[in-house]
Amino acid sequence: MKVLAAMSGGVDSAVAAARAVEAGHDVVGVHLALSRMPGTLRTGSRGCCTIEDSRDAWRACDILGIPYYVWDFSERFKEDVVDDFIAEYAAGRTPNPCMRCNERIKFAALLEKALALGFDAVCTGHYAKVITDADGNPELHRAADWAKDQSYVLGVLTHEQLKHSMFPLAETPSKAEVRAEAERRGLSVANKPDSHDICFIPDGDTRGWLEERIDLTEGDIVDSSGEKIGTHPGANAFTVGQRKGLKLGRPADDGKPRFVLEIRPKENKVVVGPEKLLNIDQMRGIKISWAGLPIPEIAARTQFDCMVQVRAHGDPVAARGWMEDVASEEAEGGIREELVVRLNEPMRGVAPGQSMVVYQGTRVLGQATIDSARSLEWDPAAVS
Amino acid sequence: MYLDHAATTPLSASALAALTSELSRSGNPSSLHGSGRRARMVVEDSREALAAAAGCHPSEIIFTSGGTEADNLAVKGLYWSRRDADPRRTRILCSPIEHHAVLDTVQWLEKHEGATVVWLPVDHEGVVSEEAIRAELAAHADSTALLTVMWANNEVGTVQDIPAITALAHEYGVPVHTDAVQAFGSLPVNFRAAGVDTMAISGHKIGGPVGVGALVVGRAVKLTPVMHGGGQERDIRSGTLDTPGIAAFAAAAREATENLPAESARLRQLRDTLIAGVEREIPDAVLRGAREEQSGDTDRQGMPRRLPGNAHFTFPGCEGDSLLFLLDLAGVESSTGSACTAGVPRPSHVLLAMGLSETEARGAQRFSLGHTTTSADVDTLLNALPGAYERAKKAGMASHVSSIQTAGTGFTS
Repeated sequence: MKVLAAMSGGVDSAVAAARAVEAGHDVVGVHLALSRMPGTLRTGSRGCCTIEDSRDAWRACDILGIPYYVWDFSERFKEDVVDDFIAEYAAGRTPNPCMRCNERIKFAALLEKALALGFDAVCTGHYAKVITDADGNPELHRAADWAKDQSYVLGVLTHEQLKHSMFPLAETPSKAEVRAEAERRGLSVANKPDSHDICFIPDGDTRGWLEERIDLTEGDIVDSSGEKIGTHPGANAFTVGQRKGLKLGRPADDGKPRFVLEIRPKENKVVVGPEKLLNIDQMRGIKISWAGLPIPEIAARTQFDCMVQVRAHGDPVAARGWMEDVASEEAEGGIREELVVRLNEPMRGVAPGQSMVVYQGTRVLGQATIDSARSLEWDPAAVS
Repeated sequence: MYLDHAATTPLSASALAALTSELSRSGNPSSLHGSGRRARMVVEDSREALAAAAGCHPSEIIFTSGGTEADNLAVKGLYWSRRDADPRRTRILCSPIEHHAVLDTVQWLEKHEGATVVWLPVDHEGVVSEEAIRAELAAHADSTALLTVMWANNEVGTVQDIPAITALAHEYGVPVHTDAVQAFGSLPVNFRAAGVDTMAISGHKIGGPVGVGALVVGRAVKLTPVMHGGGQERDIRSGTLDTPGIAAFAAAAREATENLPAESARLRQLRDTLIAGVEREIPDAVLRGAREEQSGDTDRQGMPRRLPGNAHFTFPGCEGDSLLFLLDLAGVESSTGSACTAGVPRPSHVLLAMGLSETEARGAQRFSLGHTTTSADVDTLLNALPGAYERAKKAGMASHVSSIQTAGTGFTS
């Protein structure tokens, strides 16, 4: 196969490319330029956007004996990932930009260009597994090393995208193994630190970065019954589950601390309440995608057992899921598909905008963007 | 198949011989003993050969580590010495199509040394406006430190009328630097006839090795040094002289100048075949830079309007880097023309200055011919190009919205 290896400059993508070469594929390395003004040297735990990272990727390709190019996707990245990230926050949601980058950049803009230029697949250093059945239909599965598993951030990939995806690190027992392999292969990035932070936020201060880009307007803080109990400097400055910084002055009637339950940017309201209401029992998801062919229960509109995960390294929770067709003025045809998930045990730290990825065993069924998440003890309609 | 001679050229046989022979010997040309004298002999012979090739006096050759250092020395050195002599002189007249060695130096002086940069307009072919120079000088001659305009552009190959520009600047007493890195060895460049004050040349663009170049500095020109040290090279450029590099540079220069009339005619013919072929195969392609009406069209005392080895096009609807990739795959080595040492390909500042949009500029591809180029090479390119262009066009522009349907497609937030 002709394989395009997306090279961030890190150890994972370098080893993934090396394995693709070793498997006999015709591999070309490409580094994505995602910033118009890249920094010179890597700082802190940012992953992939400096010239040093580009040089590291280049050096790895030279060692592997494969061509290397830098392709500029800075404009697409800004529109599809950075601007989307800001817009989602401004709308009171909490998006995952890495997931969005996989969805729109690596496995859309890059993949499309790669296919047009004659490649068959895009290869990355993600820890996840694609299994193809006898009919050539792909399934996405967790990586062998659950600690490093990145199937969550790939959960957004569709059947078509997965058909052209290659994740050579799927079966790797651990990250240490990857580093050792890099060392053996003479790849200089063997001991390069892992990246954690959002690559386009230089100092890792997401909140500060967002506050420079989103207008904040003073508004009401209300309790779970809708009664005004304070004011806030701007609803977008808060996150669900937040306790500190509410500055309410007086304690709740039961004397217990209050937490942010919900952010309502349209009404510029922050809803607070007792901790127990943060326990989410049910979530509704929109913008649904299936990682491969959907299971039969989807079309049949019947219930199915699954595990749900709402962040990259969060623990999955057992649940029952089903599809509902909901009347919606915004949707085409007036009907919107929603994925409803009822959790067997409550989950904390869920905010609209996050993706819920649903699994069966190791298999990723698909994902949806969380539109609402609630405790069954509280009806958000009480706040109007 | 190498069509990127503007980036660097293969080492010529005589340069290789001079280089290897000198590398096996030792001696610091500044030493007074036998080894030093031997090395000094080589350096001074080389200096004379280069002076003959560049049309200057041997003492006007200041050896440097390459074109970039020569440009830095000229622009900073002229700026500082002119400003020190009269603090009002802080204006730098600069063409917007300069190589980064000049462009970034000028911008550095603006940021750190109080310079005011006046960007001279160029027309759609990349020719600097002499009227704009005249108007600027007429208004601000007293406060102008220097004028810098490259002899021939490295991307689109446009040749400026350096003698005329220099005469104009000298009317107002303003010194002129020209970056002749692309012109030297390809065009009949003559320092004295052009009248410029400083001129940068480089070894590896003419069949010499990388790491050696020179700044030609007129005898009357005062330059503030950038490199301080042992006082070599008229105290303008300190540092032990690189005897092997200098010997090889001189050998390459001698060869290039001796062959220049025949070689430039040969390259011009190949280039015109290439241009005609590209325009025939791909009618959408747009030649950038100056078009010569007929082979060898010259209107300025034997100076052509375009570098004989340069063919530069923009290909609408595709990214230059897609074309580069596909041509590389087909065994043709070309360039998008603009340096991307930062790893991030940006639309060329040269093309933008010539009035192209960012989108147009992104489809750039430069084919630069040199002493190893044959007509078979041109045929190979013309065979590979149409297929590569079709495919690159299919890949489209990186800025376009992907047509691949994904989870978030069709939703608005």
